[in-house]
Amino acid sequence: MKQLTTPRMDQCTGCHSCSLACARLIHKKLSWNCAGIRIESSGGLSSGFRAIRCLACDPAPCAEACPTTAYSQRKRGGVIVRKNLCIRCGACVAACPVDAIYENTQKEVFVCIHCGRCVDFCPQDCLAYEDIDDIEEVLL
Amino acid sequence: MSREQFRILLYDLGRKRGKIVYHDGRNHFIGGSGLAAMLYAIYGHADKPWNHAEQPFILTIGPLTGLFPLMSKVVCAFRSPYHDQYSESHGGGRAALSMRFAGLDGIVITGKAKSLCCLSIGSNHIDCKDVGFMRGMNALASGKLMRRMFSRNSGHRSILRIGQSGEIGSAMACINIDTYRHFGRLGSGAVLGDKNLKGIIIHGDSDFDQPQGKTYPKLYKELYSRVTATDMMKKYFDLGTPANLEPLNELQSLPWYNLQKTSDPAISTITGEAFAGDALLRNGACSGCPVGCIHIGYFREKSLSASRYHFHQVAYDYEPIFAAGTMLGITDSFDILRVLDSLEKVSLDAMSGGVALAWATEATERGLISENETLVPLSFGAAENYIKAAAFLGKGMNEFYKLLGQGTLKAAARYGGEEFACVLGQEMAGYATGELYFASQSLGFRHSHLDTGAYSWDQKNQDKDVDKGVTFLIGDEPGRVLLTSMVACLFARSVYTNEVLAECLETTGFPGIASTLEKAGEEIRKLRWQTRFATGFNPDEISIPKRFYKVKTWKGQIDKGFLNNLKTEYGKKLRRFDEPIKLDITDSKEK
Repeated sequence: MKQLTTPRMDQCTGCHSCSLACARLIHKKLSWNCAGIRIESSGGLSSGFRAIRCLACDPAPCAEACPTTAYSQRKRGGVIVRKNLCIRCGACVAACPVDAIYENTQKEVFVCIHCGRCVDFCPQDCLAYEDIDDIEEVLL
Repeated sequence: MSREQFRILLYDLGRKRGKIVYHDGRNHFIGGSGLAAMLYAIYGHADKPWNHAEQPFILTIGPLTGLFPLMSKVVCAFRSPYHDQYSESHGGGRAALSMRFAGLDGIVITGKAKSLCCLSIGSNHIDCKDVGFMRGMNALASGKLMRRMFSRNSGHRSILRIGQSGEIGSAMACINIDTYRHFGRLGSGAVLGDKNLKGIIIHGDSDFDQPQGKTYPKLYKELYSRVTATDMMKKYFDLGTPANLEPLNELQSLPWYNLQKTSDPAISTITGEAFAGDALLRNGACSGCPVGCIHIGYFREKSLSASRYHFHQVAYDYEPIFAAGTMLGITDSFDILRVLDSLEKVSLDAMSGGVALAWATEATERGLISENETLVPLSFGAAENYIKAAAFLGKGMNEFYKLLGQGTLKAAARYGGEEFACVLGQEMAGYATGELYFASQSLGFRHSHLDTGAYSWDQKNQDKDVDKGVTFLIGDEPGRVLLTSMVACLFARSVYTNEVLAECLETTGFPGIASTLEKAGEEIRKLRWQTRFATGFNPDEISIPKRFYKVKTWKGQIDKGFLNNLKTEYGKKLRRFDEPIKLDITDSKEK
């Protein structure tokens, strides 16, 4: 079982290619927000960047909060998303302790599904798609 | 998300009211440079000076912004305080994607605010706050405060602001974009200052459905691979533009000591490699650009005691190193960064500021001015005083600096020394490559080294064929105009050929533009120049100072006759655009 990890965010240049890739490939959106990984500067561009992403909780509070099973527990962390079951209540957004679920103005929600497709679009090698057992340390 | 119509925010600072309008004209004017000229034709005033309240300040993006890699820049259009003519400056940072995700193809700001203010714009809000307490605040401090005052959307917003030079109306005042990028040339910062607008914050807080089908993601991936996995963009990724310092010095084409020399062995300490080795702290990227050419250096300052330090971060590139380095005879990378930091704080365009101070130094050496004017003694290589002088220039500390801030030639007209003022339409860019480049910058639309590829032509052509040179200048422009209408970073011009652009446009729902690309390029070029002529451009009024005729490059001494003929013939070719503007579309009216 693999997970998206962000082990080398120190190298991030803030190009947003990962977010744009997730939005484009997974959510069919043109957006830097409607994505499972979002890049923020930490206090202006002088302070570097951080990745806002799902940290693969197990059990996942967002899945527990979801009233429709649109979010259900993914084995060994994270959630499985069934978008057609979502009623846009936003309970998952409130439940996430690390602000990893983005809610757009239409109340659609976006979270990382740990597919790893953004990894190939990071020109700085900040991201990795690793077997859960191989992850040594959680970095952001 | 493709929109045939342009969606524009009009904002009147005098009334503090905005409105959204839609304009046709996409297939004719595309976006970026074309859209800006179109908007100036609609909202601008050729018969009023740059600082008239009704003159617009315009920001535009293009149809491909955010849709493909390196489609990451914004065109800023305004009537320039430098020469009172219609002008453009281009910048990156997060501004382009912020405008895209705010749902705006263009922003047109008119009027003057009654008191200093900041304008916050997003997909579902417009907010203008009085910020009288920010008067006199430098550009970096202003950015910090704006981040705190407008705290939403961190990482997905762009912060444009001016320092003191913009507030005092310096014609060299730039607009700082997201700390490390700029609308640099021709005084856009003074336009904001005159409008009492300290800063603009653009929130990219909405999203769009992407073009349907599998073609778009496939094409994106292909272009992404080309710009990241091949050698095409390697120089920008690695050392960045400072990689050019050493080869241009080798070619005797790098201006030193106010262009008294074009090569110096002292280059060894400030090459691209030297900067990367000594002073590079990290790299950055404009949003939507995986190349990440932004190079951020650092320098330390002692504080409190001999063993306590703080540090500053400053972006560097080829041009700023030329302006704050070789032109001033400074050959320590950290000293160059210190001068750049000083220019950055007061938000002076680094190129203009450096070249102006280089003239002031030679004028001092020749006894035309003294410390009475410069307040500190200026001599080539003496970095500490340039740090102070940069601040004096940006703040307009006395009559001399106020005048110098209006342009080196204006100061030279008062104090003497016009013959060694390194001005080609505006303060020179860092290319002493030869006759064609000097003619090109003198008359080029932005007086920029990126208006045409003349600096490259000079390096590849030895013959002195006026027709060939001018034909190159005229022929090279429409392709660049197309790119600045998309609005692509011009570093990607080898990737985005017309064929590739057409494919991108077809794929993303703009078949109308794709089918008329070359015609549109010509049409936009024409409208830009018509606007320029209508606002006072006269190629015959631009003279080339004597210093340029004394330049010696690897090809030998500049040929005065050849240079003059190039300029004359280029001017004649441009004059065909000196005709009344007729927006050649019937559907450009406000909806």
